[in-house]
Amino acid sequence: MSGNNTPPEPGPPASGAVDWARMYGELWRIRLFEGHVQRLAAAGEVPGFPHLSTGQEAVAVGVCAHLTREDTLFTGHRGHGHTLAKGGDLRATFAEILGRESGLCRGRGGSMHLVDARNGMLGATGVVGGNLPLAAGAAWAAQVRRTTHISAAFFGDGATGAGVFHETLNLAALWRLPLLLVCENNGYAEFTSRAEHSNVAHVSAFAAPYQVSAATIDGNDLLAVHAAAGAAIARLRRGEGPYLLECMTYRMSGHYVGDAQQYRSKEELAAVREKCPIERLKRHLLASGMAAEDLDRIAEQARLEVQRAVDEARASPRPDPATVLECVYWSPELSSARARVS
Amino acid sequence: MSQTFIEILRRALDEEMARDAAVHLLGEDVAVGGAFGVTHGLVQRYGAGRVRNTPISEAAITGIATGAALCGLRPVLEIMFIDFATLALDCLVNQAAKYRYMSGGQLAVPMVVRTQSGAAGGAAAQHSQSLEAWFAHIPGLIVVAPSAPNEAYGLLKSAIRLGDPVLFIEHKRLYAMKEVFEPPAELPPIGRARVARAGSDVTVIAYSAMVRSALDAAEELGRSGIEVEVLDLRSLVPLDMTAIGASVAKTHRVVIAHEAVRSGGFGAEIAARIGSALFDELDAPVTRVACPFAPIPFAPELEQALLPGARNIVHAVRTLCS
Repeated sequence: MSGNNTPPEPGPPASGAVDWARMYGELWRIRLFEGHVQRLAAAGEVPGFPHLSTGQEAVAVGVCAHLTREDTLFTGHRGHGHTLAKGGDLRATFAEILGRESGLCRGRGGSMHLVDARNGMLGATGVVGGNLPLAAGAAWAAQVRRTTHISAAFFGDGATGAGVFHETLNLAALWRLPLLLVCENNGYAEFTSRAEHSNVAHVSAFAAPYQVSAATIDGNDLLAVHAAAGAAIARLRRGEGPYLLECMTYRMSGHYVGDAQQYRSKEELAAVREKCPIERLKRHLLASGMAAEDLDRIAEQARLEVQRAVDEARASPRPDPATVLECVYWSPELSSARARVS
Repeated sequence: MSQTFIEILRRALDEEMARDAAVHLLGEDVAVGGAFGVTHGLVQRYGAGRVRNTPISEAAITGIATGAALCGLRPVLEIMFIDFATLALDCLVNQAAKYRYMSGGQLAVPMVVRTQSGAAGGAAAQHSQSLEAWFAHIPGLIVVAPSAPNEAYGLLKSAIRLGDPVLFIEHKRLYAMKEVFEPPAELPPIGRARVARAGSDVTVIAYSAMVRSALDAAEELGRSGIEVEVLDLRSLVPLDMTAIGASVAKTHRVVIAHEAVRSGGFGAEIAARIGSALFDELDAPVTRVACPFAPIPFAPELEQALLPGARNIVHAVRTLCS
């Protein structure tokens, strides 16, 4: 039989003890990784128009800390952080964003369409809201197989304007799917504020009519995200139906690299540092007795790791144009037919 | 004993569900048989977990089928009318069709979307369209359009076993068509056309219900000494250019017949390929029989006036051979 997708390899279970230091490093890895994306995009080395999650890293890290490799994840156009937090290799992810053969998707997907099946990161979509029913489908498959695996979908508040958000919420509730809907409410849908998009200020308010459990939390507080996601995912694994977790966060960067951001005031942008999830975790860890040098060492380690991955990705080969027609169809029996199709 | 298209199609679904526990049906009303009764009785046999009724949410259910396919299920989704596939286009076009490619071959979408198209009985403009050319335009999708009950049986089973997203288009006028059930010696590979009737004077290329019309036309033309070869494409993607080439080399004259509107219809693609690859074989320009550029009307007189059928094919062949 052709076309069977390989399930992710069993990975280590989510750890019992909370490793804040590891997560602090993870926040830095994502931040620095995207810093390189921004720099190289501005220099013209990154094709397309990447979208950064700078300022939103705590959501990715806090949620993914509870996911095993068999749990699936679907994200949207702002998905670099989710991919890395789910276990994505720094070099292969960066290489994909550069469009290289050694990238996760052999340079066929790019920044908006990352897939890392080995780690259960089953896809990103550039069409807002398009990932939500896919995640529900993965949750359905997990339910059919009677596993305790769950499926998580990350999306922005802008996705609630799409009908498919409501369709998915309704279906997930009706079928009691193990689906975690993680809304990163960053206050902006592309270039326009939430208030101009909807009278519904909080995305979690959509949950009640469908009888879905939900919460709105501070998404820039890693501890809050970690606690809320942990509780929600435990419920999902017990088969208690879907959960909508709205994480209030702030997009510190523009909608995409190059966005002039004329819709935000200088004062608003100046207050960004106060919101930074890395700064906030750092303050918490210092207050709880961690040494500043240790934290600096973690950040430095992340910087070196990311720098090495970026260097390797930039040095890796570009795809061979002769392979451009590969992977259109799965079925080997269609490979000759495909030549006739094209 | 002869059986209807619907009964034979149901048999294919039943057998594939029995054969492979990964096969799951979902769609609006499928647990009560669906709007046309194709899935009737399957919920009793396989349970509500494998024959899942859904809300009227084409976008979400197509996405759910796609996501489940990514995770190893083999969903067979029913979209009640192809006209409603418009609501599922993001998933079909942007997600399902591109998964294999965009993931660099990491993932596939082994999913069949059964849907139903064509005009009959006053279904009117929003329940009668033939939209297959849209989907044939999308790399990554397979488009199958069976012409008869036994054909549908084999093609549906092959489609379910494929590793790619398949749009399986049933024609509502064929649902009542009867044949004695004959399982094929082996399942037809997707992408291989079939000669539905051999002939030497002109080739009529058709698919779906138009094969029936072409066979009727061939019968009539045969009485006046014109031997028509009817080529049933079975699938638009992949398109069997080898079979088309073999037939054109024999007859040197081609009529392409489909119910979809002529402008931008799949016939244009076939004509263009014949024009560029088989120009030297042609004794006459390639002719198309298709629907005029108008929505499908409601009133029976208007519907009949618009729809192409055997009479149009007869006329086109006579013109070509005169």
